[in-house]
Amino acid sequence: MTGDITDSGALLIKGARILDPSQGLDQVGDLLVSGGEIAAAGAVPADQVPAGCRVVDATGLVASPGFIDLHCHLRDPGYEYKETLAAGSRAAARGGFTTICCMPNTEPPIDTAPLVDFLKRRSKEEAVVRVHPIACISKGRQGKELAEMEELASAGAVAFSDDGDPVYDANLMRLALTYSLDLGLPIANHCQDCSLSARGVMAEGRVSSRLGLSGIPAAAEEAMMARDISLAELTGGRLHVPHVSTAGSTALVRQARERGLAVTAEACPHHLTITEDWVLGGQGAETPSAGLRAYDTSTKVYPPLRSQQDVDALVEALAEGVVDCIATDHAPHEPVSKQVTYQDAAFGISVLETAFGSTMQLVHQGKLALNQLVERLTVGPARVLGPAFEQYATLKPGTPADLVLFDPSREWVVETSEFESLGKNTPLAGVTLKGQVVATVVEGRLVFEQQGHIGGNRNG
Amino acid sequence: MSQQDLMEARNSAPVNGKETPRAAARRHILDLDDFSPAEIQDVLDSAEGMAEVLGRDIKKVPTLRGRVIVTLFYEASTRTRVSFEEAGKVLSADVINVSTSGSSIEKGESLLNTGLTLQAMGVDSIIVRHPHSGAPNLLARHLDRVAVINAGDGMHAHPTQALLDLFTIRRRLGRLEGLKIVIVGDVLHSRVARSGLWGFSKMGAKVVLSGPATLLPIEFLSSNGDARALGGPGAVEMDTDLDRAIEDADVVMALRLQSERQEGGFLPSLREYVRRWQLTDQRLAKAKPGALVMHPGPMNEGIEISTSIAHGAASVIEEQVTSGVAVRMALLYLVAGGGEGK
Repeated sequence: MTGDITDSGALLIKGARILDPSQGLDQVGDLLVSGGEIAAAGAVPADQVPAGCRVVDATGLVASPGFIDLHCHLRDPGYEYKETLAAGSRAAARGGFTTICCMPNTEPPIDTAPLVDFLKRRSKEEAVVRVHPIACISKGRQGKELAEMEELASAGAVAFSDDGDPVYDANLMRLALTYSLDLGLPIANHCQDCSLSARGVMAEGRVSSRLGLSGIPAAAEEAMMARDISLAELTGGRLHVPHVSTAGSTALVRQARERGLAVTAEACPHHLTITEDWVLGGQGAETPSAGLRAYDTSTKVYPPLRSQQDVDALVEALAEGVVDCIATDHAPHEPVSKQVTYQDAAFGISVLETAFGSTMQLVHQGKLALNQLVERLTVGPARVLGPAFEQYATLKPGTPADLVLFDPSREWVVETSEFESLGKNTPLAGVTLKGQVVATVVEGRLVFEQQGHIGGNRNG
Repeated sequence: MSQQDLMEARNSAPVNGKETPRAAARRHILDLDDFSPAEIQDVLDSAEGMAEVLGRDIKKVPTLRGRVIVTLFYEASTRTRVSFEEAGKVLSADVINVSTSGSSIEKGESLLNTGLTLQAMGVDSIIVRHPHSGAPNLLARHLDRVAVINAGDGMHAHPTQALLDLFTIRRRLGRLEGLKIVIVGDVLHSRVARSGLWGFSKMGAKVVLSGPATLLPIEFLSSNGDARALGGPGAVEMDTDLDRAIEDADVVMALRLQSERQEGGFLPSLREYVRRWQLTDQRLAKAKPGALVMHPGPMNEGIEISTSIAHGAASVIEEQVTSGVAVRMALLYLVAGGGEGK
């Protein structure tokens, strides 16, 4: 990446709007990064700025803690033709993420301590952002026996999930929540009652009926979520609900919170911004006929894109804080797995590089305040992961210098050819978004920089 | 297609001195949702001319001479495939049949690569049937030199069936507007019903759907049968009680009940289905005198339709098959440029 920053080890960001929800900070000022840490935020005394320090003019830009993604798929090891640790981490950096947590549905699945260790060591060598493995709940993701959860946690797993598949056996889910009580790590169960989702490929409703595609009812998600919440209540376990997508699910999480349960939840950028109408093609525009653009396989994702009513409820729950955070569920795929019929296409969207730009639309539409959005991308996910992650979600002096610079009003067109991710599978290709990440810093190193967008000179 | 070819195609058009159809140029036929009522009218008129050709001693006209048409069928079919083949051959096109067995599809070639391969061979039209909804849309999106005609895709659409149904009804009853059409059976999984809904409602007929609630699209249960819920143009009605739904019907269409439906748990038993939804003489007596009985085939006689009805005086089921050839001739002509211009 950009080596000259680490040379002097110092970076002065001048004139940024510093937005740090962890301290309730929102002011124009300067940020000094030195020795991989935040040295000062707000007013930086001139005598503190080291010689040879790179100075970046950030007028008009916002500086915030780097984004944290609780939920992405890096496909590595096993599916390196879809994504790799290196490419996925560069995609994260381009999206403003400085910490990402990767799901264990790899080949082999991450279900033993040596595999966690393997991922962590390779991440240090190959990844440009912090990568934390999420480990399997069950051995081999088979849903039959618990994985060795304590060893996995000791090796550095930050959460447990059999993501992609639910823990179908209610008793095993109960045992996982109970056994992990003393580990304090969240259990994220992919909520999908497979007998209800059956062979469904999109949300059940108006559009599925029109296109003749098998539908997935909202109840497929809600039924299992209701079960998991009951089990969280029974066990006192630490439940995290991934990719909440229906209005009914938001109600379930809200009730769980009101009952004082340790239940947290995330929502994905696509579920917050686009609807099932996108399956008809035309990127949500009114289409009188299904025509050539219908069956856009880039919209195929689990949970499926839902109705406007669900989107509205989800945004409301995010604004309220019932949904704690935004997580990408970045699910890259090779082109061939999407150039097939909708029924045959793989589930998943490549999200890391559009997550911020797309959710900024909620801010521009007045549905979410900018500081709320930043909170849901930083403090929110850190809270889900636990106290050890607070240091990565703040600009307090003395904490690791993980931060992002973004331009909230810069318009850009999503060009998949520019993606760092190997997965070009996004329904947003060609869409204009307002709000763009300009630079990403991890531990003081500039790991992404939008070409020609930030000025800079050396402080002599 | 060159200008000269186009002129030739037009001059040899066997439309019995009728004016050239006024529909705009049409590249693909994927569903009826993008057909205007005027274009449907034109296809039906054009099919009348084609039916006249089929009545001749020598059923051959040079209209599509030099054109190559491929039928690409990923599902079994008798009437649709053969009628397309016959339609193409009567119009003098060269027709090549590709099916899953014996082709590279058996070796796992993807639909898209098969389509690209056929395009590279210079075929003019691909008539595709596929078990997955949207397969023709996928081909049409990626093939830039070929016309794609949907011969039935998954649960999505079967536009040529809907047009031949419209043609059959118009021939028998003289009109489409204002008719009451009852479709009975497994609407949920039926591409025939979906395309029929578009076709019938665009032509001003009223559609009533009947069948077990488990086999009707859920939207119809929750939206009081507003076809706009399906993206359709108007209201349709839904009534699980066939004895009530059938009252004063001009046309009753029974859909094929796949045996998997019972295994899938949609029905308690075939026996109960027969009791509640089979088209019987007793039930048909409640329809309008002279009402037509239709079925897209293949039939399960004794399940969705009684034998006496299937082969009785009200049945136009064989006529549907005959109409199919004429309508498919008209459609092949349409995508070959025959519908172009004013």
